[in-house]
Amino acid sequence: MTTETEAPNATEVPAGRWNVDPVHSVVAFSVRHMMVGTFRGEFSEIEGTLTDGKLVGRVQVGSLQVKDENLKGHLFSPDFFDLERYPEIVYESSSLTVYDGVLTSTGTLTLKGIHTPVTATGRLAGPAVALGEVSKIGLDLETTVDREAIGLGWNAPLPKGGFGLGSTVTISVTLELALDDED
Amino acid sequence: MRVLGIIGSLRAESHNRRLLRAAAGQLPPDTELVIFEGLKSVEPFDERDEHENGGGMPGVDTLFAAIRSADAILFVTPEYNGSIPGVLKNAVDWASRPTSATSPLANKPVAVIGASTGSFGAVWAQAELRKALGLAGARVLDHELAIPTAHEAFADDGRLARAAARRRLGEILEHVVAEAHGGPSAPDVRSSHAP
Repeated sequence: MTTETEAPNATEVPAGRWNVDPVHSVVAFSVRHMMVGTFRGEFSEIEGTLTDGKLVGRVQVGSLQVKDENLKGHLFSPDFFDLERYPEIVYESSSLTVYDGVLTSTGTLTLKGIHTPVTATGRLAGPAVALGEVSKIGLDLETTVDREAIGLGWNAPLPKGGFGLGSTVTISVTLELALDDED
Repeated sequence: MRVLGIIGSLRAESHNRRLLRAAAGQLPPDTELVIFEGLKSVEPFDERDEHENGGGMPGVDTLFAAIRSADAILFVTPEYNGSIPGVLKNAVDWASRPTSATSPLANKPVAVIGASTGSFGAVWAQAELRKALGLAGARVLDHELAIPTAHEAFADDGRLARAAARRRLGEILEHVVAEAHGGPSAPDVRSSHAP
């Protein structure tokens, strides 16, 4: 029995159907704010599956956690996510591989009806046997995309030059998935 | 389909009222234009009236009712000192309350056009109004119709004298109505320019 607290990285993407545990997973983004800071947002309603090497994830835009109601309202408005028309963000991988310890996912991000090809990298940990004899894996992915290209290009010029928001946004996904063995 | 027209000028025979009338003559089928006549009666914005006194302001109530009953809004604005007329900005400030997610303007398709007697056609006021409306949560069309030298811009029958300007006005109206129907299906007029 191991005494480690962390499972080693996987050398290949496991077969089978794996379901995202939404409580122990995070889908978040960050963007440069006022040229110096970092604004982070996180969606609380997420779901996803990894089925025989294909990763599909869905995020409810309305579950975005923001500390200020006015800012949240603006982020939900047509200037940004346009919640009324596009309540869901979807990611679907076309390829998911592990090579030399690095997990790489290429796929399509669909946001505001715009399909954007993205490549994200990270790590795949496990499988490990968790409580209840459940097999689990951990999957971390990160990518950077052009805000304007994904339909979130709003910005505010600053009085002495520059802009209030960075031109790129970093999307970070940290997923814990459990093997679905109920077939 | 009901389009609410809000004119930023209070003058009875303003150039921008003429522009709105010209727009009324070019509306897509099955669309009615209702002109908001209560701008002068909208009380000056004071957050205390909202939070401490519980509202009860007839001017603001009329504005809210007019916006809520409209499928889309056409703002027609002059430019005062390079910016939005104060009375119009005051109305937008009210209509953005309490937050941009729940205000009467939230997700409302809106278009901005404008006229001025100068040579720029109120472009700064239009740009600033689009910015303010976006922050207020509206679905703002990223299009502009600038009518410069407005005192010479209208034919005797009330239409815009220049064919290119008429065409662009028609495209913008078509676009805002398409947005009110739920999606962008009108021609893309971003790249076209009125003379």
